[in-house]
Amino acid sequence: MMISLKNIHKSYVTGNNSLHVLKGIDLEIEQGEFVSIMGSSGSGKSTLLNILGILDNYDEGSYHLNGTLVKNMSEKRAAKLRNELVGFVFQSFNLISFKNAMENVALPLYYQGVSRKKRNKIALEYLDKMGLLEWAEHMPNEMSGGQKQRVAIARSLISKPKIIFADEPTGALDTATSYEVMEIMKQINADGITVILVTHEHDIAAMTHKIIRLNDGVIAEIIKNGDLKEWKQQYANEVEIG
Amino acid sequence: MFDIDIWQEIFATIKKNKMRTFLTGFSVAWGIFMLMILLGSGNGLSNGVSENFMSDAINGMWLWSGETSKPYKGMKEERQIKFTNDDYKTLKSLPGIEKTSGRYYIGGNIFSYKNEYGNYTAITCHPDLQDVESIKIVKGRFINEIDIKKTRKSVVLGKDIYDALFKKEEAIGKYVKINNIPFKVVGICKESGGTKHRNAYLPVSTGQKVFNGSNRIHSFALTINATSLKESQAIETQVRETLARKHRFDATDKSALGSYNKLEDVLQTMKIFQAINIFIWIIGIGTLIAGVVGVSNIMLIIVKERTKEIGIRKAIGASPGSVIGLIMLESVLITTVAGYIGLVLGAGLMEGVNFIVEQQYAASAATNGGQGDTFFRNPTVDLNIAMLATLMLVIAGTFAGYIPAKRAAKIKPIEALRDE
Repeated sequence: MMISLKNIHKSYVTGNNSLHVLKGIDLEIEQGEFVSIMGSSGSGKSTLLNILGILDNYDEGSYHLNGTLVKNMSEKRAAKLRNELVGFVFQSFNLISFKNAMENVALPLYYQGVSRKKRNKIALEYLDKMGLLEWAEHMPNEMSGGQKQRVAIARSLISKPKIIFADEPTGALDTATSYEVMEIMKQINADGITVILVTHEHDIAAMTHKIIRLNDGVIAEIIKNGDLKEWKQQYANEVEIG
Repeated sequence: MFDIDIWQEIFATIKKNKMRTFLTGFSVAWGIFMLMILLGSGNGLSNGVSENFMSDAINGMWLWSGETSKPYKGMKEERQIKFTNDDYKTLKSLPGIEKTSGRYYIGGNIFSYKNEYGNYTAITCHPDLQDVESIKIVKGRFINEIDIKKTRKSVVLGKDIYDALFKKEEAIGKYVKINNIPFKVVGICKESGGTKHRNAYLPVSTGQKVFNGSNRIHSFALTINATSLKESQAIETQVRETLARKHRFDATDKSALGSYNKLEDVLQTMKIFQAINIFIWIIGIGTLIAGVVGVSNIMLIIVKERTKEIGIRKAIGASPGSVIGLIMLESVLITTVAGYIGLVLGAGLMEGVNFIVEQQYAASAATNGGQGDTFFRNPTVDLNIAMLATLMLVIAGTFAGYIPAKRAAKIKPIEALRDE
């Protein structure tokens, strides 16, 4: 089991107000799955992804990642785990603006202590896979959104993670580019890496093998591969009614 | 820490943000620059003044007789006080007095050798004068006890007199005429702390005998054994009282007995310089602190500005320690390099000023009858202080970086990466 969540609760406290965001999440994700998390804004999907990616703590329950209990971890340990196990892809790409594409891709290896020469060489290989070899020396602001996202994906892959977390990876891209990015995601998954992405676009979600719908901090339903078509129809109806 | 990659990371950041780095560094460079100039100027002033003092022994005391200005024990004022050889003996035996020399003034003073002649000052003295006035012998010897006892017609010539009369000819053993009386040259000397060496020294006994002075002495030059102001004043009072009792005048009568106590002046002046020095350090360190606070402030802004970047780094595996290291090292690097530039520029400027001061000193010495204008000499900062300042910079850089680095380490990736 790659991910195992049991009764996860999470509240955000601001002053006197406490906002209960996750109200008991039970979830299991196997190695090699391709999962999307959907839900309206405020349903807790980003919070869930942050907890899964060890970017945030939870208040109650237990979370096992690749067999390790993730709870009250020191920042140092969390950083190490993130570096070894997890790759992130973000809606706004989050490339470091003063580093070129190659240096951005190589950065996770810097924190693994890989020498500059070696990590740049590996970074070039990954850029090549993304079809961006000739863009290696370009700065992020010289690239299109799709190119930036591909650089970000290359960066998330370079440390050979077991899981890729993608937070609205297509949110800032047009439809054609979105589909290109999803093709890459599919390939990554085909290579055996678990991919978990958060999206609010049902066509994007439909490309995954499993959809987890969150509603008001609990899992409303889990739709598996075969049911997707039917679900798509239902979702379209819901949208029309809405 | 000596991982080359960390430095490459830092240099990359600095290179990408040249203006920011420059402005950050400037405040520190300026602080150190000012500190160097202040310290250099303080040293220059202090050196200049102490050089003026060093022309005589710093524990010197001078006494001269005059007319009484106060009635004393039924005697009227305006009575002439006259010192004699007997007073010399009295002074010499007083406790607290180290060296004693009496002087009998002689007039005229035309010096001649062969066809060369000139007007110089002949000073009659005891051998101790060499120590009181820090006279340096260039060749031969100074006046000695035998000269005094045998009233020998010996003379020690100032370097300038020798140069003018003898024109590099051997002078020791030759005779110069002073007011037409031949004196045998026994030595050539220089006065310390000046560029003028126009005095000649004769035995006081010879002076009294040859120039009709009987046993008369006009003034005394002494050194006293005192280290504090209080001690030196006590000795001065004792001297005044002894002479006053002997010659029957009021010991407080400054007109009957003039006296100048050098140590008093020196100690007071040194005290002022100590105060100036402390003052300079306070201002200098204050300026430096302003610079360091500036760096800290800018580093805080940098951390704020780089929140997102730091968040990204943390998300992909940067530990809090590596983030702290990144910010601290950048701060230390900027402060040290900038500070060092300030240090070198400041020290360089003071060296330049020193060069000009020395030239002007030489020029003024040449036109001013040999006495240079010495209120400002060698305004440089010594190496130890510069090293200390460098060390201080590294510490300052660490301080400046600490709070921002702590703040950077506390950045939570999710907050940093949240889309606005």
